[in-house]
Amino acid sequence: MNIAARAARTAEGITPELVAEHGLTPDEYKLLVAALGREPRLTELGIFSVMWSEHCSYKSSKVWLKKLPTDGPQVVQGPGENAGVVDIGDGQAVVFKMESHNHPSYIEPYQGAATGVGGIMRDVFTMGARPIANMNALRFGAPEHPKTKHLVAGVVSGIGDYGNCMGVPTVGGETNFDARYNDNILVNAMTVGLVDATRIFKSAAKGVGHPVVYVGSKTGRDGIHGATMASAEFDEASEEKRPTVQVGDPFTEKLLLEACLELMAEDAIVAIQDMGAAGLTSSSVEMADKGGVGIELELDRIPTREDGMTAYEMMLSESQERMLMVLKPGSEKIAERIFKKWELDFSVIGYTTDTGHLVVRHRGIVEADIPLAALAHAAPVYERPITKKDPQPVIPPEEVAAPNSILGALERLMGSPHLCSRRWIWEQYDHMVMADTVQRPGGDAAVVRVHGTKKGVAISCDVTPRYCAADAFEGAKQAVAECWRNLCAVGADPLAITDCMNFGNPERPEIMGEFASAVEGMAEACRALSFPVVSGNVSLYNETNGIAIPPTPAIGGVGLIPDIAAMATVALKREGDVLMLIGEEAGHLGQSLYMEVISGGAKGAPPPVDLDAERRAGDLVRSLIRSGCLSAVHDVSDGGLLVAIAEMALAGSVGVTLDAVPSPLPAHALWFGEDQGRYVVAASPDKADAIHKAAAVAKVPLRLLGTVGGDAIGLDGEPPLALQALRQAHEAWLPSFMAHG
Amino acid sequence: MKAAVIVFPGSNCDRDAAVALQAATGQPPAMVWHADSLIPDSDLIVLPGGFSYGDYLRSGAMAAHSPVMREVAARARAGTPVLGICNGFQVLTEAGLLPGVLMRNATLKFICKDVLLRVERNDTLFASHYARGEVVRFPIAHKDGCYYADEATLDRLEGDGRIAFRYCDANGNVTDEANPNGSRRNIAGIYNEAGNVLGLMPHPERLADPALCGTDGARMFLSLMETLH
Repeated sequence: MNIAARAARTAEGITPELVAEHGLTPDEYKLLVAALGREPRLTELGIFSVMWSEHCSYKSSKVWLKKLPTDGPQVVQGPGENAGVVDIGDGQAVVFKMESHNHPSYIEPYQGAATGVGGIMRDVFTMGARPIANMNALRFGAPEHPKTKHLVAGVVSGIGDYGNCMGVPTVGGETNFDARYNDNILVNAMTVGLVDATRIFKSAAKGVGHPVVYVGSKTGRDGIHGATMASAEFDEASEEKRPTVQVGDPFTEKLLLEACLELMAEDAIVAIQDMGAAGLTSSSVEMADKGGVGIELELDRIPTREDGMTAYEMMLSESQERMLMVLKPGSEKIAERIFKKWELDFSVIGYTTDTGHLVVRHRGIVEADIPLAALAHAAPVYERPITKKDPQPVIPPEEVAAPNSILGALERLMGSPHLCSRRWIWEQYDHMVMADTVQRPGGDAAVVRVHGTKKGVAISCDVTPRYCAADAFEGAKQAVAECWRNLCAVGADPLAITDCMNFGNPERPEIMGEFASAVEGMAEACRALSFPVVSGNVSLYNETNGIAIPPTPAIGGVGLIPDIAAMATVALKREGDVLMLIGEEAGHLGQSLYMEVISGGAKGAPPPVDLDAERRAGDLVRSLIRSGCLSAVHDVSDGGLLVAIAEMALAGSVGVTLDAVPSPLPAHALWFGEDQGRYVVAASPDKADAIHKAAAVAKVPLRLLGTVGGDAIGLDGEPPLALQALRQAHEAWLPSFMAHG
Repeated sequence: MKAAVIVFPGSNCDRDAAVALQAATGQPPAMVWHADSLIPDSDLIVLPGGFSYGDYLRSGAMAAHSPVMREVAARARAGTPVLGICNGFQVLTEAGLLPGVLMRNATLKFICKDVLLRVERNDTLFASHYARGEVVRFPIAHKDGCYYADEATLDRLEGDGRIAFRYCDANGNVTDEANPNGSRRNIAGIYNEAGNVLGLMPHPERLADPALCGTDGARMFLSLMETLH
């Protein structure tokens, strides 16, 4: 029996068991009674439980999130609205956010992932923006884990079907396989939208007596207590939570998108909020609270999918594809006409009031009457105890075993689950619809043209969980830096980030310590790179039976390319071009994929990021791209220098001959070390001088690597590795994994 | 050339088609809502890609019964050129304006990628800017693109020269490896008997702009422009 049914049966009163089932501690319940001044009714208990859940209240993370920089001249809207907004000039702005749908995706991968995509798109178009690109960041368990294949298939299909039907291109993302996600996969979805900077819609329901309007799908019994589920650990019984996973309907969402944008072109909307986590409760409470008004809801007017739904169920349902709006009085007719045209439900379900209370009526009975301040501001805020881990030792490169052959190690790395081609995934996503995708998946950042202009929006999602597990501070710092680097690598000015903070149980001091360190690492990088956080989401309790995921602060960054004619891609383009490395080489092998795949497991400290050097290198690369000096650019990240070169060769279907390097570092540290702040660039030989000079002026190290040409990777002292064999190794693993077993 | 693009609930390549048409013709097409039973005077009617009605019953099945389709059928019979792209092709088969049916891809998965097509004939109003036998690159993006018809119908299509495009390799060979979705005889697009209705799964409008890494698709709109001008 589910919570709702049990709760309904307990009509006689609120028992301690019922309180516990609602995820509230005895102390939190005392706080609730004090805030309300009496014992709650059942519907009121439900409303408090979702509003005070970790998912909605950020009660464990709030004190730390304040430390993140959120300002900048480009920032139009920072955290606190449905999504962040940054200026891209010419009166235009981009709206973006990333959000997790981890718990539901593990329980029901197809619907969990699909509704995650639907939810994040609603957050963006709620603000008046047309979504122009979707991204995703996925973490699955070890390939050999019995559930992994099923989860990959379901999640990819769910993301694809939703975005494809909406007609919003899914242009990129990242995917990791790691045993530490075996029982808690991560599905983080990001949407970027485009909006007229003067037509941004917000959620503050200012003004009394305005109609509150419900539009979209009908309300059903799905997703009740989804927010509460996302605020607890998993155990053996988690499979029973399947009924709390919502079901997605992308067709209705497409209609909702078009109808909302059509109404937004009229002067009719005071405030708008999508019904996401905690559904009608959270949307009505947030709108009223931000507007400083009260709100009265008449639940008999809610369009429902099934008969006999109670107030409790309607307030807590997380049925998808629904919106709540506060309209200017007299605008009901025009709104109704538009929503009828799109064959969507439309109902005036209440009014804003001057009482400061949320009042919910159903069948003539007041089912809830709660001061909004109690819901929104009396929620508990925890300064949970933290324990920080001791840093891991730095492993000198000499202590890591050399491979028999450098190119043999390269081939193994490129064919490993960590680095193999993700084509099997992104070919299931329509990445070209809207006909503005000027850089498709597979590059450093995806780029979509701003429709009708020569501007491009670059987008990248990044984090390296191996680094974060070893050192949450350095790992989080690196995630921000790598995202910034990927945007620079296509020639974009990095603008701002959204984040998805995926961690374990915050009640454990070591997890809270990871969270605190990650926030501090991010904050340091964001400040140094002028790359503020404008939106985000926290997903805690990603653990099962006391085993937590590695700290995973996924970063989604957005940048602007002023003219896509000056945009770089990773593909090598011309035989005879010279290949150069920009950035410092230290041969750092700790936590590298080389250690993980070739020498028996990643250990030690992750590579440190020198943020000043990072900025100098990125600014240099961007200016070289803009001045037309470079024919190809790729950042150096997972797998190191030789992997970056191999990826450029495969993308361009042309080989390279690499020069012998006089270096005191062991060859495998040089080729596979994961030192940060580096790029591989290609240029025609006549540009080499100018590039050298620019690097010297910028105080950025630069070294000649070799020459583009042929159909193999050639390295001094080893037989060449044919591109065809390398491509075979790179492309084979994922399709074969998904097809067999 | 005056073009009209029909917009169904769930169409999502309507804007892409309009952009490509405007680039070729210099004027924006009329966008016609499915509930309208009147289509303005047009030299060309385009049924765009997308997921009309969510493709919930069968791809294109519900759109085929929407009010505007009676008018589309009447215009097609009267000789107005009609181009159905992807979901538009599915709608045309469901409406009986083209034979056969588009089934779930042989891989059972949505596929989005560039494919190579062999132009089977260029003596039509849709393909005059291509050479016969030329290999061109168009993107596909569909889950239900496996063209199926019975052997007799396929033979008749072949005999009447009604195959517009076939999936092929870089040398123009029609092979199983080059067939992305399991379509019978690698068929990517077909004409009706009169030759004024073309349905195809690949998206010419998505590679009609140099910034999008290809312009093979633009030539279809230029062909139409030239013939219908």
